[in-house]
Amino acid sequence: MNIFGHELKRSLRSTLIWGLIIGGTIMLCVFLFPELKKELGDMVDAMSDMGGFGAAFGMDRLNYGDITGFYGIYAGSMLGIGGIFYAAILGTGLLAKEEKDHTADFLLTHPVTRTSVFWQKAAAMAVQIFLMNLVVILLAWISIRWIGESPDWEGLCLFHLAQVLMQLEIGGICLGISAFLRRGSISAGIGVAAFLYFLGLLGNITEKAETVKYITPYAYADAAKILPECILDGTLILLGLCYGGAGILAGWIRYRTKDIR
Amino acid sequence: MEKVIDIRDLTKYYGKHKGVEHLTLSVNRQEIYGFIGPNGAGKSTTIRTMLGLLKEDGGTVEIFGERPETEREKKEMLSRIGYMPSEAFFYSGMKVSDVLKFSADFYRKDCREERGQLCERLKLDVKKKVDELSLGNRKKVSIVCALQHGADLYVLDEPTSGLDPLMQREFFRLLKEKNEKGATIFLSSHVLGEVEKYCHRAAVIRDGGIVMEDTMEHICGSAAKRVTVRGISGVPGLPLTDLRVLEDGVTFLYRGEAKRLLEALAPLPVTDLTITEPDLEETFLHFYAEGKAAR
Repeated sequence: MNIFGHELKRSLRSTLIWGLIIGGTIMLCVFLFPELKKELGDMVDAMSDMGGFGAAFGMDRLNYGDITGFYGIYAGSMLGIGGIFYAAILGTGLLAKEEKDHTADFLLTHPVTRTSVFWQKAAAMAVQIFLMNLVVILLAWISIRWIGESPDWEGLCLFHLAQVLMQLEIGGICLGISAFLRRGSISAGIGVAAFLYFLGLLGNITEKAETVKYITPYAYADAAKILPECILDGTLILLGLCYGGAGILAGWIRYRTKDIR
Repeated sequence: MEKVIDIRDLTKYYGKHKGVEHLTLSVNRQEIYGFIGPNGAGKSTTIRTMLGLLKEDGGTVEIFGERPETEREKKEMLSRIGYMPSEAFFYSGMKVSDVLKFSADFYRKDCREERGQLCERLKLDVKKKVDELSLGNRKKVSIVCALQHGADLYVLDEPTSGLDPLMQREFFRLLKEKNEKGATIFLSSHVLGEVEKYCHRAAVIRDGGIVMEDTMEHICGSAAKRVTVRGISGVPGLPLTDLRVLEDGVTFLYRGEAKRLLEALAPLPVTDLTITEPDLEETFLHFYAEGKAAR
């Protein structure tokens, strides 16, 4: 567990920073909610009728004047975008950074199997994702309690669970990418994460693009699909975890035999 | 004699670019073995293949009499090796003491005493962060990482570059001690003097292949001789290399029968003649020059 502990220790600061930035932004939005609630009044209906743009962010299905709906729209966007980029950077950096910084030479000339290195890093990635989300959830909980609102806690818990699963999926895919690419893997990872996110937005805008829900994890992690009925789509989650698992598996197979230059 | 490293017909290509081709060498137990060659000749490719960082395209690499195939076998092999890379890279932000402990923890041995002694002898400040270290001090961290766990084989890739002369001397003292206790040392170097001084045998690598592998005496002895002749300005009819005209004579490298040299010199007005063994540097340049000429 030498490498697992080492990874956690090294990335603790950046994990906390990501958590504080995403959680802090959500906190700020939540603090604005009481004022917005007073001012919006009849505008809620108008906002839910914003066409494609509103649909992309779930405004057509979530009540903007209600804390649960408001949280789903804002936290959904902040955590949705921030979380997948965090997971993408984390996943792609785990292996590729070692090669780029030449620390792979140092690490892999010690008595340790590449399999052990890979899985310890994968485990560290999962723990970091949980930790980052824990910070976000903690800040979100404090801010909601602070303004004295009572959202649908069960729905929010399911939403955050789905977000964690989405980040794990993206992290898994990007970990796989980092085993194949020597350079530029972080850009590739961010590109993949952004592509999947916008694919999810596209799926929200038009029903013609319904099949994208089988590709993008945003389809099962979208607050607008979870909060109204307080339910998760198990099939899509399973499919997403299969994609993430396949990324990890491909990365492991590649990493075991690849040349470290 | 027990072979600790036995490389046969090793071939490694990076795409179309040749790393090494049909490289064969062997290192016996408790030997200090020098590996000499210019930049890009294939030294690091050979070492990286030995350590499992690169997968060979052809040939075999046996370490400690075995050819590790599985990850477990490779791990077992690495637990008996101390490796020092030519350039020392560590995780930024870590203290020297953390790097050394991180490295030692892989061996599941209590290395504290040995580590302390090595740091003291190399005058290494373990409280500093690795990012703050000079090239020489980074080398020292690398040395301690390689030596602290008491390996059976040390693979050292240009270990003295960046070390000051006093530290170089201390480093070779350490290696001698390890060697006397039974360790085998494989040393790649550009500094031919240190190979000549400390190694039992050496191999010269050029363009991905071994040009010569022999004892130091033979490498320096059986190659060209440095001949200095006073009283003449040239020697006709002899295959010479590195011919230099002096104020009162000439000096050149001669590789051939002594009888033929003497016959060629006999009719000339020679006033003085000296024939010496060239040092390793001259020998190395001689091999290298031959290679260039052959291309």
